Amino acid sequence: MIQSSTTTLQSAVTIQIGIVVAYLLLALGVGLVAYRLTDRTAEDYYLASRTLGTVVLLFTTFATLLSAFTFFAGPNIAYGLGPEWILVMGLMDGLIFGVLWYVVGYKQWLVGQAYGYVTLGEMLGDRFGSPALRALVAGVSLFWLFPYVMLQQVGAGGALSALTDGVVPYWAGAGLITVFMIGYVALSGMRGVAWTDTLQGLFMLTMVWAAFVWVLSAVGGIGAATDALASTNPEFLALGDGTASPSLFGGGAYSLPWMLSQAIGIAFGVAMFPQVNQRFFVAKSETVLKRTMALWPVVVLLLFVPAFMLGAWAAGLGVPMPESGNILPGVLAEYTPTWFAALVVAGAMAAMMSSSDSMLLSGSSYFTRDLYRPFVNADASERREDLIARIGVAVFATLAFLASLYNPPSLFVIGDTAFGGFAQLAPPVIVALYWSRTTLSGMLAAILGSQLFYMVTTFTPPAGETATVWGVVVPGVMETFAGWSSSVVGMLVGLVLVVGVSALTDPAVAEQPSVMQGPTDD
Amino acid sequence: MPGRTDSFVWVAVFALLLALAIPWFLWDVSTVVVGLPVWLWWHIGWMVLAAAVFAVFTQRGWGVWMGGWSA
Repeated sequence: MIQSSTTTLQSAVTIQIGIVVAYLLLALGVGLVAYRLTDRTAEDYYLASRTLGTVVLLFTTFATLLSAFTFFAGPNIAYGLGPEWILVMGLMDGLIFGVLWYVVGYKQWLVGQAYGYVTLGEMLGDRFGSPALRALVAGVSLFWLFPYVMLQQVGAGGALSALTDGVVPYWAGAGLITVFMIGYVALSGMRGVAWTDTLQGLFMLTMVWAAFVWVLSAVGGIGAATDALASTNPEFLALGDGTASPSLFGGGAYSLPWMLSQAIGIAFGVAMFPQVNQRFFVAKSETVLKRTMALWPVVVLLLFVPAFMLGAWAAGLGVPMPESGNILPGVLAEYTPTWFAALVVAGAMAAMMSSSDSMLLSGSSYFTRDLYRPFVNADASERREDLIARIGVAVFATLAFLASLYNPPSLFVIGDTAFGGFAQLAPPVIVALYWSRTTLSGMLAAILGSQLFYMVTTFTPPAGETATVWGVVVPGVMETFAGWSSSVVGMLVGLVLVVGVSALTDPAVAEQPSVMQGPTDD
Repeated sequence: MPGRTDSFVWVAVFALLLALAIPWFLWDVSTVVVGLPVWLWWHIGWMVLAAAVFAVFTQRGWGVWMGGWSA
């Protein structure tokens, strides 16, 4: 759809900005209501005093997972490579994460309830009697979290700028989103974030289905859309990478190692992302955890199938990739009216904001709880910690915004890198949760070893190439291993290290294995 | 409190759920059924099945592997 005159363009821009601003004000309003209900304590600020019910917990976790990465990159991948990404995401978020929800989440919930833990680092630091371990877990998490928050702001700024044809420049879009987020996160804490997430999650789900139905009716139905795809990209409809049978080693996109690497690496990464991991501590009761687990695959199915199929069909319908680099707005601009496309882009911004607000809150709690309190001011009162946490949110968001102003690499690369970084924490954490002979030395070796392995393989140039950093020539190393990602291989390295080193070392004097074992263990 | 048998049964059930989430036996198949590739229908059915299995797990298996926490 080409805008024919300047007046139409201007009125379209007005409608779009109006919708986005109305949406932002609504989120802020929800935040304000939540603020009025909040006690001025850290536990209430971070965890809403552990009182979240099923719908809110499901949607706050789900909306948190749905970042700019999922919402825009998912359809882009389906557009470029084919719709198999639906299978990868289904296995990842619907099944592996569902199992981890129980294996990691329920266990953490039990331990957290008994001892009042607020962060992963706090739980591990206490179990192993080591403030250093606590700080290490928080430090590693913040290292990977920061670029990811920045990524959300880049996405939001880009989306607003594309939506308004550049009338709102990139920096203003990203800045606007940042200010709003600081506003409602700093004010309302977990309760406000969870409520806005629920609003955002329901909104996105509705928008995706409306877009799905709208586009399909415009192109003549599901059969016509798939026929078009079959004539232009027949390989998209065949499962896999085009080989005759799945092979355990080698291959590129949609080979067996590639699909499993993505699904495993990202699912374990998600469970260790601060904003997701912290949600394991917030359920009101076991019933809430149970219901959420059973609903998980359904929500994944409802959202990803329509969203990613729209991306795949766009390839068959010959929709060109728009300048913004995201196919979803391109499809909508082609087949739906301006106001509807604006609503969906607002939905995408909702996805980014619901990820970012939770990340800001968790990042701030890791900082105050695991770094400030143990190392700077151990005697801080609840009220003071609460205040520091709110200031932390503002500082974290502002720094990430400033970083986002420098043209960073593409969404997929950074997103994928951060998930892998968090995934490295999963093996030592899971072993510590279940194996009472895990030692502090084992934990430190596994965390440091797997992080080192992952960073070296990810950040150095590919094998055979070199890069020069501050005058030093860095040789390239392998980035994939017979088709398997360095994230998955790094997790194996971490698993071997935590089990091996624990078996070879004695527990430190301050360790308390009983923390994880529960009241009736004999 | 779930017993030892439950523990193994649920490991097997979850392993099967994960192993067949991607229908490897439909590799390179491009048959379209009612407008969608046949492997996508498998996905839809499998996710519904997974939700049902998870629901049964929360009723019958909840507490398994939790050691001293499952009273």
